[in-house]
Amino acid sequence: MDRVKPNYSRPLDFKQGRVEMSHGSGGRAMAQLIAELFTAGFDNAYLAQGNDGALLPQITGRLVMSCDGHVVSPLFFAGGDIGCLSVHGTINDVAMMGARPLYLAASFILEEGFPLADLKRIVESMANAARLAGVPIVAGDTKVVEQGKGDGVFITTTGVGMAREGITLSGDLAQPGDTILLSGTIGDHGMAVLSQRENLTFDAPIVSDTAALHGLVAAMLDSGVKLRVLRDPTRGGLATTLNEIAKQSGVGMMLHESAIAVNQPVEAACEFLGLDPLYVANEGKLVAICAPEDAGCLLEVMRAHPLAREAAIIGEVTEDAHGFVQMTTKLGGRRIVDWLAGEQLPRIC
Amino acid sequence: MKYVDEFRDGKLAKNIAANIAREATAASGYRLMEFCGGHTHALSRYGISDLLPASVRMIHGPGCPVCVLPIGRVDQAIRLAREHGVILCTYADTMRVPCSDNLTLMRAKSGGADVRMIYSTQDALKIARDNPNRQVVFFAIGFETTTPPTAVAVKQATAEGLKNFSVLCNHVLTPAAMHAILSAEGGVVLDGFVGPAHVSTVIGSKPYEPFADDYGKPVVIAGFEPLDVMQAILMLIRQINEGRATVENEFTRAVTREGNLKAQALVEEVFELRDVFEWRGLGSIPHSALKLRPEFAEFDAELKFSIDYVAVRDHKACECAAILRGEKRPQECKIFGTVCTPDNPVGSCMVSSEGACAAHYSYGRFRDAA
Repeated sequence: MDRVKPNYSRPLDFKQGRVEMSHGSGGRAMAQLIAELFTAGFDNAYLAQGNDGALLPQITGRLVMSCDGHVVSPLFFAGGDIGCLSVHGTINDVAMMGARPLYLAASFILEEGFPLADLKRIVESMANAARLAGVPIVAGDTKVVEQGKGDGVFITTTGVGMAREGITLSGDLAQPGDTILLSGTIGDHGMAVLSQRENLTFDAPIVSDTAALHGLVAAMLDSGVKLRVLRDPTRGGLATTLNEIAKQSGVGMMLHESAIAVNQPVEAACEFLGLDPLYVANEGKLVAICAPEDAGCLLEVMRAHPLAREAAIIGEVTEDAHGFVQMTTKLGGRRIVDWLAGEQLPRIC
Repeated sequence: MKYVDEFRDGKLAKNIAANIAREATAASGYRLMEFCGGHTHALSRYGISDLLPASVRMIHGPGCPVCVLPIGRVDQAIRLAREHGVILCTYADTMRVPCSDNLTLMRAKSGGADVRMIYSTQDALKIARDNPNRQVVFFAIGFETTTPPTAVAVKQATAEGLKNFSVLCNHVLTPAAMHAILSAEGGVVLDGFVGPAHVSTVIGSKPYEPFADDYGKPVVIAGFEPLDVMQAILMLIRQINEGRATVENEFTRAVTREGNLKAQALVEEVFELRDVFEWRGLGSIPHSALKLRPEFAEFDAELKFSIDYVAVRDHKACECAAILRGEKRPQECKIFGTVCTPDNPVGSCMVSSEGACAAHYSYGRFRDAA
């Protein structure tokens, strides 16, 4: 008689359980975590291959690849969490290259003792975001660090996409005279996260704008307008993004403060904390630069998309040897909109 | 945004600017010092200088809390964090003030010191309550605006018997600095002051009366919104044109002549005058800063940890001292915008957004372009 009992392992306790060191050790516990949480959650044929890497179908064209680490604190905030943020962040980076995001890979660094219930919530949020975006998470990795050596969970995602034929977008293509467009309000993500931080007893109804922008980008490209630069103003906010572009392109910019929209609660929170919304992170907005004759058409296309209803022309690219990004103020004066100095808000994404 | 937009209205700004341009006709011009960093910041951030005629020259004053903090004071805080192993709590800008050995509190933190940025004294008290086995020191800086919250914290700590909390007190006094500027021999020549906003909500407008009565300098207390500043400039020009020197209050929505008596009483109860205090730029000024009264000595970090103040000279190329006295402009400093930038500040005026150098660098340096 066969005395070997059938393999049985108790299902993971997603109510009371916590991440243990063994979940990252490569043994059965890790295999179980991957099977019951990640593979089940992300649910696609590539991940189900169960190999060291995903074998993907042949594609022809120029590939775009990007990767983005996420260390946001708190992990859950109004409008999202680290899970969907890590999906949106990388999809957006790929999309800003004028590419269609195809696949994602995700690497998790978990801290020993992190509640499995929270991890499940995060994975489900990632899975949901990936599903809605139509971009599967096809590969992944899990490591566990000792308690005190991490902060719950860090997620790094890598994205691969295919650049649209004939489209090359780059930060060094802005030309004097070009028009600068912005897809909506600024500062929502940063202030949503900040207002929820435990050491700030500040409670405002501010919701993160975290969103996947590849649909919007596709619509913009479909319009036939010749885009020169696309970029999502994440960390460092709109100001930093525009300075990066100005530097890369060797140009200056003139913005118009009255054209840059800020949601009222965000404005109030910034006012209260002495922050400038121009420097506060966004996770669902983009900056577009195009020739002035195309701006009207592009604006119309953007406004027709649900993620850019409040799109606006916010300024022009100028010739400037110093590369200054300047702004006409609502008051009627002029100022520089400089690079962010130091850190305004750490751990924002 | 209600109560904010009204004070940033472009049309009103244009009206005030037109009045200023029409009335600022004195051939000698108008040299006006905005005492507070908050005003310096408003002037730069909203581009107010573009709305002023050439005859009106704004001179940045020393009213920026981290700017006037001398190196030796930050050194003390770093010694507490590194040598005494305390949890050192302070407000954000203080973290980046350069001090001896190419250090800042931020760099000390990277090197392992336990330095924490807080938003209010209540955060520091909470950290002390949560860490009963650690000593927690609040590095208190600032003018009269930030002093009452420190007093509250000390009183709370007393009431709670919080033995692991203390204060490294660097609170300074505005009128003393104004006296120092006006009485300095060969110092900057001024025609009037845009008086402090938040400081005045606490101390009232009365303490400025000697500057009008004894020195003959008009003072107009102004809020920190751009229209406040512009209106105050217009009011100063009118006083100067009429040969008057009085204390006027543009910021009536928040400032009274007597100020906040409750806050003043609280400060009086907890603090007493230091005999002398060294300011960056202004030097040692008698009776210009506060320390804890003897009855609160157990909360005085300087006594508790026996850390003496050692004066340290500024970087020799740094012009912060002359800039804080209003004698030089940021762009006249050789290292402005080259060696000294907001990312790598050499002097304290390049640190805070209220600092004259940081404000000019971040908002106005396009005007220096040929």
